Parts: sequence; C-alpha cells; structure tokens
Amino acid sequence: MTPFTYARAGDADEALRLGAASATAYLGGGTNLVDLMRETVARPEALVDVTGLSAAIEETDGGGLRIGAAARNTALAEHRAVRERYPMLSRAVLAGASAQIRNMATVGGNLLQRTRCTYFYDTDGSRCNKRSPGEGCDARDGFNRIHAVLGASEACVATHPSDMCVALVALDAQVHVAGAGGERTVPIADFHRLPGDSPDRDTILAPGELITAIELPALPLAARSTYRKVRDRASYAFALISVAAAIELDGDRVGDVRVAFGGVAHKPWRALKAEAALRGGPATAEAFHAAAALEFADAAPLRHNAFKPALAGRTLAAVLGELVKGEAA
Amino acid sequence: MSLIVNGEAVAPPSDPRVSLLDHLREALHLTGTKKGCNQGACGACTVLVDGERILSCLALAVQYEGRSVTTIEGLAGEDGLHPLQQAFIEHDGFQCGYCTPGQICSAIGMAAEAGRGVPSHVSADLGAPVALTREEVQERMSGNLCRCGAHNGIVDAIRATVAAEWAA
Repeated sequence: MTPFTYARAGDADEALRLGAASATAYLGGGTNLVDLMRETVARPEALVDVTGLSAAIEETDGGGLRIGAAARNTALAEHRAVRERYPMLSRAVLAGASAQIRNMATVGGNLLQRTRCTYFYDTDGSRCNKRSPGEGCDARDGFNRIHAVLGASEACVATHPSDMCVALVALDAQVHVAGAGGERTVPIADFHRLPGDSPDRDTILAPGELITAIELPALPLAARSTYRKVRDRASYAFALISVAAAIELDGDRVGDVRVAFGGVAHKPWRALKAEAALRGGPATAEAFHAAAALEFADAAPLRHNAFKPALAGRTLAAVLGELVKGEAA
Repeated sequence: MSLIVNGEAVAPPSDPRVSLLDHLREALHLTGTKKGCNQGACGACTVLVDGERILSCLALAVQYEGRSVTTIEGLAGEDGLHPLQQAFIEHDGFQCGYCTPGQICSAIGMAAEAGRGVPSHVSADLGAPVALTREEVQERMSGNLCRCGAHNGIVDAIRATVAAEWAA
C-alpha cells in the first residue's frame, strides 16, 4: 500500500470539502478499495471515510424508499420494507459476497466496486486498459470465462461485479449525487458506463462527487420479483450470469415486466428489448426464451464465455416461470 | 480515540495503512485471529465488532476507533471455554485449526443475525423466522473456508450450540 492520509467526514459537506483535493478517494466499508490499495491497483493519497454519513432507510413521499449511501448491505437486505416490496433487491444483496463482507460494505460503495477481471488485479504480469489506459487488454485473448458478451469494446471486456446493482437497474432506482456544483440525481441505468475507449472510467461520477443516497420508486410490480445467480460454486462467488426480474400478469398474458442481467456487460444490463417483446404477449417458456434471444442477438462472445447467451436465456425462463407460478417471492 | 479490544482500551495505529488484523496480531500480540488470504476470500480473520462479524483483513484499524472488537481470545469465560469452542472439540470441527478462530467468531455473529431474522440466499421465505437447518448454516458460513475439509463437523458444532441456543 502506498502512504495516504485518513480523515473521517462528519457530514456530506465536510466529505465534499475534504474530497475536493486531488487523488482523494471516499472510503466506505473498504471491502474492495482496501484490497485494491494493497495490490497497488488503487493508489489514493487521501482517504475520506464516509461511513458516518446517512445510513437511514426511509419512506419517500412518493411511496418509495430512500437509502442512505452509508447503509450496510446487510441492513438493506434485512429491512422489512425491502423484503416485502422489493424482494429482488434483498435476494440480490444476499447472493453477493459473504455475510462478513455484507456487514461491512456500504450501499454507496457497492455501486463503485471495480471489476473482478483477474487481469485488472494482476499489476505485475498483465496488460489492462482499465488499470493503465492505453496499455492493452490481456483478457480479450486470455482466460475470459467471466467476461462480457454485450456492450464490450476493443479496449475492455470486463464485467461489473455487483449483484445489488442488477436489481437496482431493474427497479429504476435513482442515484443521488452531491458535488462542488450542487446535487443531482442520475438514473441507475445511466450511472455505470460501457467501456468504449475509456474503460478506466466505470461511472459518470466527476472527481470529488459523492453518492449520498439511492432512491427506489414505488413499484407495486416489484412485490412479485426475485433474483437468481448462476456461478461456479454454490455460494461466495461472482456471477457467471444473474437475472433480476419482476412480472405482473394480465389474465394469462404479460401485463408488465422488468428484467436485468448481471455478469454480461461492463454495467448492470437492463433488458429493454426483452421487456418490450414480453409485454402483452403470452407468459410461456417459449416467449421467455425468445425474449432473451432478442436481447442477446448482438452478443459477441469470447473464446471461453460463449455459453453465456444460452445460460442467460435458460435462467430468465426459469425465473419468470417461477414468478408466474408464484413459487418465488 | 481508542479501540476497545476484548474489553480493554487500546491505541489505534499511527499509520492508517495498518489493517485491524495486523494491529491485533502485530501490535497487540493477539495472534488467535489468523491471516489466511489477506484479501477477503477465506474468512480466517473474522472478528466481531459490536457483535457483528467482519473481516479484519479488509478493515483499516483507524476506521474502528471507538468500536468494540471481540477476538477469539475474548470468548472464553472464567469458567472455561465458550460453549462453541467446546463443541468444536467434541464434533471434530477442525484438523489443523488455522481457520477455527474465524469460524467460531463468524458462527457467533451468524447466530445473532439469524436470531433477529436476517434471511439468507437459501431462505425460501424472506419474511419467515429463520430455522437454522443444515443448508442455512452452510450458506451463512460460506465466507469461512476450511481447507482440511472439517465443514461437516463445523456445521454440527454450530447447530449443537449457538444455533440451538437462540432457537430454544
């Protein structure tokens, strides 16, 4: 680890003041940042601890929930209103990491996780455009089982590792951000970037900007929702494919539906094409498979991850099938 | 401000780079907490902070000023081992013992989580009281690896003690 200074912010204004200095990083639970610093992938000169900022989970006037960015992952997953009204979000959080890590990790920090691409972490032996822009990418022609099939670029084929964010993108969450120029709200679907020519930038945050809260809209449909994660071992592993889905039936047809995929792209992937294909159509396994096929029509698999589009289709069909039968919640 | 470790106030490190794990082991000589992977993948460094299980390898010690840390050294009472420590012996919950302090601290935190109704990835009903079945204990303890393969004994020891304790 390279040397750094440490300061604890008492409120958002103090955090922004401290965070305005160059080479400063905000510190949440540290479950990703401390590891990245130890590997010298991240080398901030100053840390501003923002775990003392708002961790409240509160009802909004619009019937949604506002989640303070310092709320721990466990606190979010176990919150009664989240379990009842947004079960896919509880399930997504519970599918991630281990209980110890969920007790430490903050909701704001979860959004800012870096990729788990092994080449990104390998500072000694691998080229990585995300870590060292312009250096090249050893994942594209390397071992790329966990890598992206949608929205990747020549420069980067990494995936975003979060489970929580997949549910948030399906739920149309809003990210509240504060900066020197004031506050703004960003739809979660626009918060993370596709890699393009600048994979070193994961999000649209400007230097010094701070996530203060996540807001969930009222979404009655989400009461019948779930999250399924497919991985190489039963627990404590990152996703090969994950699906967050909610469905509302109108007779035996699909009234409304929300679908997002994890493990397929540089950002949590909202499946708008699949949703459009499903709305108003039959709630059958054939329709679910066809919708996934449409979403993955432009997939560009790599040497070791060609299984992902088919696995995504089977996982989506299984999840929607369960929801329709009322087996999952 | 100081940290409280096993009931005693101790000074934080002067260098903010020092992890809670290294501070416990190197400065306080509490070597019961083990350094396995040092990257949050094995759970050997699990300690309790204000009763919650965390990974001390990913924790900067300075972040925990004013907090109460319990390590494996803080569990035994004047009248002997913590019941879970005794159960690990009786149920063959270890071979080499390296993961054991983390397993035991983790299980104590796990029981508290289950007791207040925190669901897990394998809970069928997110709203139901938690029944610590074998499958539930396995999932909830998945952050603690045992490379000797004593997991069956570990699950037995946990279900015989802390899991039974709050369920009773």
